[in-house]
Amino acid sequence: MHGIHLTIVLAPLAAAIVAGLFGRQIGRAGAHWITNLAVGSSFVLSAMVLKHLYLDGGQAENYSLYTWAVSEGLRMEVGFLVDRLTALMMVVVTFVSWMVHIYTIGYMHDDPGYQRFFSYISLFTFAMLMLVMSNNFLQLFFGWEAVGVVSYLLIGFWFKRETAIFANLKAFLVNRVGDFGFILGIAGVVMFTNSLDYATVFASAGSIAAQSVEVLPGIPWNAMTLICILLFIGAMGKSAQAPLHVWLPDSMEGPTPISALIHAATMVTAGIFMVARMSPLFELSETALAVVLTIGAITAFFMGLLGIVQNDIKRVIAYSTLSQLGYMTVALGVSAYSAAIFHLMTHAFFKALLFLGAGSVIIAMHHEQDIRKMGGLRKYMPITYWTAVIGTLALIGFPGTSGFFSKDALIEAVRESHWHGQGAVYWIAYLSVVLGVFVTALYSFRMFFLVFHGEERMDKETKSHLHESPWVVTVPLILLAIPSAIIGWFTIEPVLFGGFFGEAIRVTSEHDVLARIGETFHGSWEFIVHAVTAGPAVYLALAGALTAWFLFLKRPDLPEKWAEKFSGVYNLLDRKYYFDDLYIKGFAAGGRRLGLFLWKSGDELVIDGMMVNGTARSIGRFASVLRRVQTGYLYHYAFAMFFGLTLILAWLLWA
Amino acid sequence: MIFGQFSPAAPEITLLIMICIVLIADLFVEDEKRATTFWLAIASLAVTAWAVLASAPDAHTLLFDGSYVSDALSQVLKLFAIGTVAIGFLYARDYLRQNKLMKGEYYLLGLFGLLGIMIMTSANSMLTMYLGLETLSLSLYALVAFDRNSATSAESAMKYFVLGAIASGTLLYGISWIYGITGSLQFDGIAAAVRNDAINSMPLWFGMAFMIVGIAFKFGAVPFHMWLPDVYQGARTPVTLYIASAPKLAALALILRILVDGLGELHVVWQGMIMVLAVLSLVVGNVVAIAQTNIKRMLGYSAIAHVGFILIAIFTGSQDGYAAALFYTLTYVVMAAGAFGMVILLSRKGFEAENLADFKGLNARSPWFALMMLFFMFGMAGVPPWVGFFAKLNVISAVLNAGFPILALIMVLASVIGAYYYLRVIWYMYFDAAEDRSVFQADIDTRIVLSLNGVAVLVLGIIPGWLLTLCINVIRTVY
Repeated sequence: MHGIHLTIVLAPLAAAIVAGLFGRQIGRAGAHWITNLAVGSSFVLSAMVLKHLYLDGGQAENYSLYTWAVSEGLRMEVGFLVDRLTALMMVVVTFVSWMVHIYTIGYMHDDPGYQRFFSYISLFTFAMLMLVMSNNFLQLFFGWEAVGVVSYLLIGFWFKRETAIFANLKAFLVNRVGDFGFILGIAGVVMFTNSLDYATVFASAGSIAAQSVEVLPGIPWNAMTLICILLFIGAMGKSAQAPLHVWLPDSMEGPTPISALIHAATMVTAGIFMVARMSPLFELSETALAVVLTIGAITAFFMGLLGIVQNDIKRVIAYSTLSQLGYMTVALGVSAYSAAIFHLMTHAFFKALLFLGAGSVIIAMHHEQDIRKMGGLRKYMPITYWTAVIGTLALIGFPGTSGFFSKDALIEAVRESHWHGQGAVYWIAYLSVVLGVFVTALYSFRMFFLVFHGEERMDKETKSHLHESPWVVTVPLILLAIPSAIIGWFTIEPVLFGGFFGEAIRVTSEHDVLARIGETFHGSWEFIVHAVTAGPAVYLALAGALTAWFLFLKRPDLPEKWAEKFSGVYNLLDRKYYFDDLYIKGFAAGGRRLGLFLWKSGDELVIDGMMVNGTARSIGRFASVLRRVQTGYLYHYAFAMFFGLTLILAWLLWA
Repeated sequence: MIFGQFSPAAPEITLLIMICIVLIADLFVEDEKRATTFWLAIASLAVTAWAVLASAPDAHTLLFDGSYVSDALSQVLKLFAIGTVAIGFLYARDYLRQNKLMKGEYYLLGLFGLLGIMIMTSANSMLTMYLGLETLSLSLYALVAFDRNSATSAESAMKYFVLGAIASGTLLYGISWIYGITGSLQFDGIAAAVRNDAINSMPLWFGMAFMIVGIAFKFGAVPFHMWLPDVYQGARTPVTLYIASAPKLAALALILRILVDGLGELHVVWQGMIMVLAVLSLVVGNVVAIAQTNIKRMLGYSAIAHVGFILIAIFTGSQDGYAAALFYTLTYVVMAAGAFGMVILLSRKGFEAENLADFKGLNARSPWFALMMLFFMFGMAGVPPWVGFFAKLNVISAVLNAGFPILALIMVLASVIGAYYYLRVIWYMYFDAAEDRSVFQADIDTRIVLSLNGVAVLVLGIIPGWLLTLCINVIRTVY
C-alpha cells in the first residue's frame, strides 16, 4: 500500500516536472498525454485505495516516510495518514483533476502556454494530494502553501492581462492574511504539545483544552479555542469565507478549467477538509464552533445574494461557490463534519460540471462571458445544455440529485443543532441556510435562463459560429453529470449515518446531530419523501426557480426597473457590500502609503542614508583620519609603542 | 639517527648544515646561473622537511637541559613554515630575475630566518626563544634592505631595525624581571614558580607586560603595529611575502610558549591586555585598510586585522581558542603567501604592481588568475566556503563558548568592514577595464604552484575537517 500511496502523490509531480521543464522537447501532445496518464493513474489508484479501505475493510494507515529534521524533540516529517476521509478526498481530487485535464486539451487548444498549463495543473494535483494525505501539520502547511502558489500562478496564467495580475496579487495577499492565522494556529499546537504529528496532537487534545493563555494580558483564553479560531482563520482564507472571500470572484480571471478545479472543486475546499480533519480539536471548543457557524452562515446567505446581480457567467458561479462553501462551513459549525465533507464531494462534482459547462459556453461564444449577451443557446449546444440542467438542479437541491441529499441533510443538521442554544447564533445559521436555498435557486436559474433560453442576444458574427464543443470538452461534462445526478442517492446512508469515516472524524455525543437525524433515516427514498412533505427547503428552491423564470424569461423588463427603484440595495449588491472598496482603498492603499512612508523616510533616509551609507561614510572618514596617524616618522612610531606600553602598565596599576 | 642524542633537534641542525653548504656554494655561482642557488635552497628545505618528519616525536621531548622542546606543535609549525618559505622562494624567483636582484642573499637570509623561526617554535626557555627571535629578526632587517639601491627599502629597513631593537629590548627587560622573580628561564620552571601565590604579584605582572609589548610588536598588533605597513610597502614584494607569511607562525609560537606554557597561570591578568590589543588591531586594521591605495600596504593593514583574530582566539584561554588560533594562523599564512604571490605575478621588469589600480581588468587579462585572486580575497574576507570563513567561525565560536558575545559581535562587524576592501579588489578585477595589458612573465612552475595555492584556499574551506582535527589534536597533546 505504501508504494501505491507514494505513486499517487508522485506521478502528478513527475508529470508536472516533465511537462514544465521539458515542454518544448515533448511537444503539446506529449505534455497532455503524460499529465493525463499520471493523473488518470492517480485516480485509478486512489479508487483502489478507497475500495481497499471501504469495501475490503482495510485498516487506516498512518506512517512516516522521511524525517526531515529533528529540533529539540520536535520531529519534522513527511508522512501519510490514509484513512477513509483521506481516501474520499483523494478520489474526489484526482477524479475532478483528471476530468479537467481531459477538458483542458480542448479548452486550451490554441493557447501558447499549453505545456505550462498542464504542468501547473499536475503540480496542483500533487500539492493537493500532499495536503489531504498528510499526517502532520508541517506537511499540511506545505500542501496548503503549495496549492496557494499554483493557484497564484494559474490565476495569473495570462500574465499579460492587467486584470489577471491584479487578481492573482489580490488572491495572494488575502490568502496571506488567512495563512498568518493558520501558521499561528500551528505554532499554538506546537507550543502546547511540542509535536506536529496529528495522532500525538489529537491524543493530547484534552490537555490543551484544559489550559488557558493570555494573548492580551489579563484576559485568559481557552487554549483550544484560540488554536481552533486561528486554524479556522486559515480555512477562511483558503475557503474564501467572509470577510476573506474577496479574492475568489476575481480569481475567475484564470482560465476556466482551473476555475473548475481549483476555485470550485478542490483547493477552496481545503479549509473545509482541514477543519473536518481537526475535528478532535474543534469538538473541544464550542466557542470556536460558534464562530465557524456564524462565519459560514453569513457567507452562505450574503454571498448568494451577490450572485443575483452578477452578469459575468463565471462570476455568478464563483459567488455560488462562495455561498456553497458557506454551507459546508455551517455544517462544520454544527459538528456535522460528515455532512460538510459529503456536501464537499457532491459540490465538487456539480460545481466542476457547471464551471466546465460555462467554459464550453465561453468557447462557443468566442470568449464572451457576459450573460446579457447570450440566450437561447439550448438548441446549439444540446450536450452542454443537458449537463447544465443536471448541474443546476443539483446545485439548487432538486429532490433526487446529489446536491439535494447533501444540502438537505445539512439543513436538517443545522435545525437539530440545539446545543448551540436557541439564541442568535442558531437562528442566524438556520435562517441563512434555509433562505439561502431560495437565493441559490434564483441566481442559478437566472443564469441558466439567460444563457440557454429566451431571446438570442448575441451578435450575428458570433451566432453564425455557434456549435457544440468537441468531445474532449463534452466527455468530461457527461462524466461529471453522472455523479452530480445520482451519487447522493447511493452514498448518503453510509457517509452520513453509517459511520463511513470511522475514527477519522470525532464528534462528541452531545454534538452528534447526524446521529439524531440518523434515527429517523430509513433510506434515500424516504428521505426524499420526508423532504417534500415536511421541509420548506424544497419549496423554497422551487419558488426561487419560478421567480427566476418569471423575472428573466416572462417579464425581463422587471429586474431593470427594480434595480432603478431600489438603487440603494442594488448598488450595495453591485459593489459587493463595498468590501473591495474597503480593502483596496482602505487596507491596500493605506498599506501602500505606510510602505511608501517607511521606504522614503525609514529605508532611504534613516537606514540607507544615515545608517548604511552614513556608517560607510563615517568609517571612510575615520579611516582617512587614522591613516594620518601613520606619519612615517620613526619617532612617532616609537612614541606610539611607549604610549602603548604605558597604557598597559597603567592598566595593571589601576585594574 | 645520525645526530645521536641531539636527534630531536635534527631539523635545525640539518638546516644549519645546509645553509653553510648553500653559503659556500653560492660563492662559486655566477650571476647568470643564480638559479642554482634557488634550487639548492629548495633542496635544503626539502631535506629539512624530511628531517622534521623523520624526527617526529610522539610526545614532548626535551633537549639541551630543557631549553629546547620538540612536540607536535613545533612539528606542525615547522612544516608549515618550511612549506611557505618554499613557495615564497618560488614566487620570488621570477621577480628577482627580472629586476636583476637574483642574488644569493635573498635565499640565504630567507633560510637563516627560517632557522630562527624553527628555533622559536621549539623554544622551551626564554633564552632559546630570544635566540630564535633575534636570528629571525636580524635576517628580516637585512632582507628588507636587500635592494641596496632603493631608498624606500633602506628607509623601511631602518625603521624596522630601530623599532625592532626597542621591542627586543622591552622583551629582554621583561625576561629579566621574570627571571629575577621566578629564578627560572625555562617555561615549565616559570610555570611552576608562578603557581606560588607569593610570587604571583605586581612585579611579575610588570615583567609580563613588557614581554607582551615585545610579542605584540612581533605580531604587529596595535599600537605596536606602526612598522608593519611601512615595511610591507617599502620592502621589495618577495621580501614582503616572506615577512607576511612564515614569521606569523613564529609569532604564534612566541605567544603560545610564553603566555600559555610559561605564564598560563596568569591568564586572568594577561587576558585583558590581549583583548585590548586584539580589539584595537581588529578595528584599526580593518578601518585603515579601507583608505589604502597601495595593495601591499592594504594587505599590511589586513594582516593587522587578522592578528586581531588570532589574539582574540588566544585571549579566550581555552583549548578551543588555541586550536582556533593555530588553524587561523596556518590558513592565513597560506592565503597571505598566495595574495603576495599574485602581486609578484603582476609585476615585471621595472614595474612594481603595488597599487590596487593595477588589478583593474585582471579578468580580461587572465580569467584564471583573476579567479585565484578572488579565492585569496574571499578567503581573507571570510566568505564561505573559502577557508577563511571556517577560520573566523572557529574563533568566533571559541569566543562565544568562553562567554564573550560582545567580542564576537565586534569581530563580526570588523569582518564586515574588512569585506569592503577585499571586495574592492574583486570589483577592480572584474568590473573595471584594464589599463595595462602586458602578458605575465612567470614560469610555468610558478603558475602551477600559485594555482594550487589558490585552489587550496577553496578546498581547505570545503573540507576543513582534517586540518581542524589536526589543530585540535596538536593543542590537546601539548596542553
